[in-house]
Amino acid sequence: MSMQDTDLRVELRTSPHLKQPLSVDQIMRNVVYALLPVSGYAVYVFGISALALLVVTTLACLLTESLFCWLSDRPNSLADGSVAITGILLGLTLPPGFPLWMAAVAGFVGVGLGKALFGGLGFNVMNPALVGRAFVQAAFPVAITTWTPPFAPNRFLEFIPSTLSLPFLQPPDTSQWSQQVAVDAFSGATPLALQKFQHVGTDTMDLFTGAIAGSAGETSALLILICGAYLALRRMMDWRIPSAVLAAAALTSLPFWLMDPSRYPDPLFVLLSGGLMLGAVFMASDMVASPVTPLGVWIYGAVIGVLTVIIRLFGGLTEGVMYAILLGNALSPLIASVTQPRVYGVQRKKAKAE
Amino acid sequence: MTLGRLFRRKTFDHGVHPRDFKDLTSGLAIRRLPFAPRLTLLLSQHAGAPSRPLVRPGQEVVRGEPVAEAAGYVSVPLHAPATGVVRGIELVATAQGPKAPAILLDVYQGASQEILYEAPPDLQNLSREDLQGLLQGTGIVGLGGAAFPTHVKLRPPEDAVLDTLIANGCECEPYLTCDHRIMLERTDDLIAGTQLMMRALDVHRAMIGVEDNKRDAVKAIRSKIPANSGISVHAVETKYPQGAEKMLIESLLRRQVPSGGLPSAVGVAVFNVGTLAAIGDLLPRGRGLVERLVTVSGTGVSRPGNYLVPLGTPVRYLLEHAGAKPEAHEVILGGPMMGMSVASLDVPVTKGMSGMVVLEQRHSDLKPRQVFPCIHCARCVEACPMHLNPSLMGQLAAKREYTTVAQEHHLFDCFECGCCSYVCPSNIPLVQYFRIAKAINREQAA
Ligand code: SF4
Ligand code: SF4
Repeated sequence: MSMQDTDLRVELRTSPHLKQPLSVDQIMRNVVYALLPVSGYAVYVFGISALALLVVTTLACLLTESLFCWLSDRPNSLADGSVAITGILLGLTLPPGFPLWMAAVAGFVGVGLGKALFGGLGFNVMNPALVGRAFVQAAFPVAITTWTPPFAPNRFLEFIPSTLSLPFLQPPDTSQWSQQVAVDAFSGATPLALQKFQHVGTDTMDLFTGAIAGSAGETSALLILICGAYLALRRMMDWRIPSAVLAAAALTSLPFWLMDPSRYPDPLFVLLSGGLMLGAVFMASDMVASPVTPLGVWIYGAVIGVLTVIIRLFGGLTEGVMYAILLGNALSPLIASVTQPRVYGVQRKKAKAE
Repeated sequence: MTLGRLFRRKTFDHGVHPRDFKDLTSGLAIRRLPFAPRLTLLLSQHAGAPSRPLVRPGQEVVRGEPVAEAAGYVSVPLHAPATGVVRGIELVATAQGPKAPAILLDVYQGASQEILYEAPPDLQNLSREDLQGLLQGTGIVGLGGAAFPTHVKLRPPEDAVLDTLIANGCECEPYLTCDHRIMLERTDDLIAGTQLMMRALDVHRAMIGVEDNKRDAVKAIRSKIPANSGISVHAVETKYPQGAEKMLIESLLRRQVPSGGLPSAVGVAVFNVGTLAAIGDLLPRGRGLVERLVTVSGTGVSRPGNYLVPLGTPVRYLLEHAGAKPEAHEVILGGPMMGMSVASLDVPVTKGMSGMVVLEQRHSDLKPRQVFPCIHCARCVEACPMHLNPSLMGQLAAKREYTTVAQEHHLFDCFECGCCSYVCPSNIPLVQYFRIAKAINREQAA
């Protein structure tokens, strides 16, 4: 072979020339996959209303993202999959009978205000789904606390009456409907409210399997744990965050319960009720709005867990997860900046200098 | 605390586990590459001042004869890798980019591989200073890739008290296997070189660190270590960048080199096993460094192997011998994590070149990938062996806040190992950002 035979075309690139294959869109896609069983179960428990709700929030988020990309001349970012997660999560945090038009507003505000205005994926300070949820909590305080019973007999055939209410009209009252369809006596309150105001407990097994009133996705703690474990095992979610949130919540509630078990809920109830499980596993762990530093991750999780319990026990609201996470999000840059990792070979030098 | 440490494996924190592709060449014995018709001896193939030529165009030289001398203390001489005639001293293309002066040598047809030019010293009666001078005379530099003149390491700063010599046999870069072969096939040279350097440094302990994917090398060395020599061999966790000297020092001794400092600050001198084997081979015979072992690997070549290559051999010639496939697409000098891809195949093999990895385009790692914004996934933070925060540094660099990155985020502690870019799911070219940031900071300081 002569030297002239090799006419290679070479490409110039910089090191490293190897790349771990996992990319952002794959991670996001898997989070969506992990949310599907949770959503499916919500639909099973609450029927087509929940389905419609999830579809509407997801579509609203997708459309809002596209709209803002178009307005700000950025390439369309639907493909990274993050906005689909926002849509599904938002749907899961709303009451199943939430009027669809309000859900669409929540999606628009969440993605528009909570994400697009910051500059899109990676730049948002807070979890967009929770921003949307917080907005409608303030704007529609009645609708967002109107709960309907699980396992209504005709749930796959008829909508919950409030679902299809027209924009800007008072949604119809569902309490009568709820009484009719409820399998057991229905109080219209979530287990959290029952506990807080009437000190009535709820069967742990019901909490585990989700046979309770609540947001679409507040249902089965067990299913959420399984789906979260899938993500954690594939290293697509930081297991430390949910662990820190749940551990902190349990530890904070423990002394109160020991002091007065008739007034305060036991730690297991705290973990399994309300949106804590969904929030800890799928929302607090939102990488974008959590710190990157190893110690910061634990602190951030703990802050959320503690705040959740404090709001639940002493705040005017029955549920504190949402605000706890939003606060955690807001604190996360600060947490990150005070927990910068110790750089190799640096402290030693400082110690010497002192 | 990594799992590895829990199980008492010697290792450091963080790092990554890329696929190593070493089975392509790790079982292949060292083979000699024939002489290329013309060799290009760059005057600057080491860190420090370029060598000063000693030959004129038209002059005949014998294999092993010095053709350039050291130009100062941090510099080394060059020796003719083959018998032939000096064609000239010209500017040639280099892997780094800008052209640089080189001695062009036309090799005589059928020139012998034998080295006739040598001056064996009397090793018994040498002082430490004599050893340093002799070592400089061999032209040996760090063969692991740094190409730093080895004799300079024999004179650590005044206040440093050395207690340990570390022989670096980790070879953590994927694909590369030349150090592995040296440990297997040149064990005696390695041990001889280690003993010589222990004497030159006046240390009584030497630790040879080998990644635990090369158990055969550990065994081979262990079986040949003389009793009471103070030399020991240690298996360390197979993890990139275990072979970075700061990481290896931490793994073996639990000591951290201070930021901006040298290993001598913690009482250590680190040498690559290939360097030590070259010392053990050349120093006692008074010979010069004329060839080095290069792993040629990757899916782009049909005859990968560990080639003993005369210095100055054009990369193109080496590629042809290794059977470069027409679809070969990227040629990396060094390993794939830290090596650089070459623009011109006419660049010559230099003393610091430990490998050549040839990749095809269909290799998935070469596909261009969409870059997403940083999603704060923390993977880079957990990969960085220096415990930096590449996520934050990358965002600051993207905003052109180069001085902040340098002053507040330890930019200059980054040694461009590539772990952060390797793991980033957003495909952000972090290392590239840091290189630019460093260059701009240096420029501003100048
Ligand atoms: S290239 Fe620099 S910042 Fe990135 S992992 Fe290596 S040392 Fe850390
Ligand atoms: S690995 Fe990439 S996306 Fe993840 S935190 Fe680091 S820079 Fe950001």
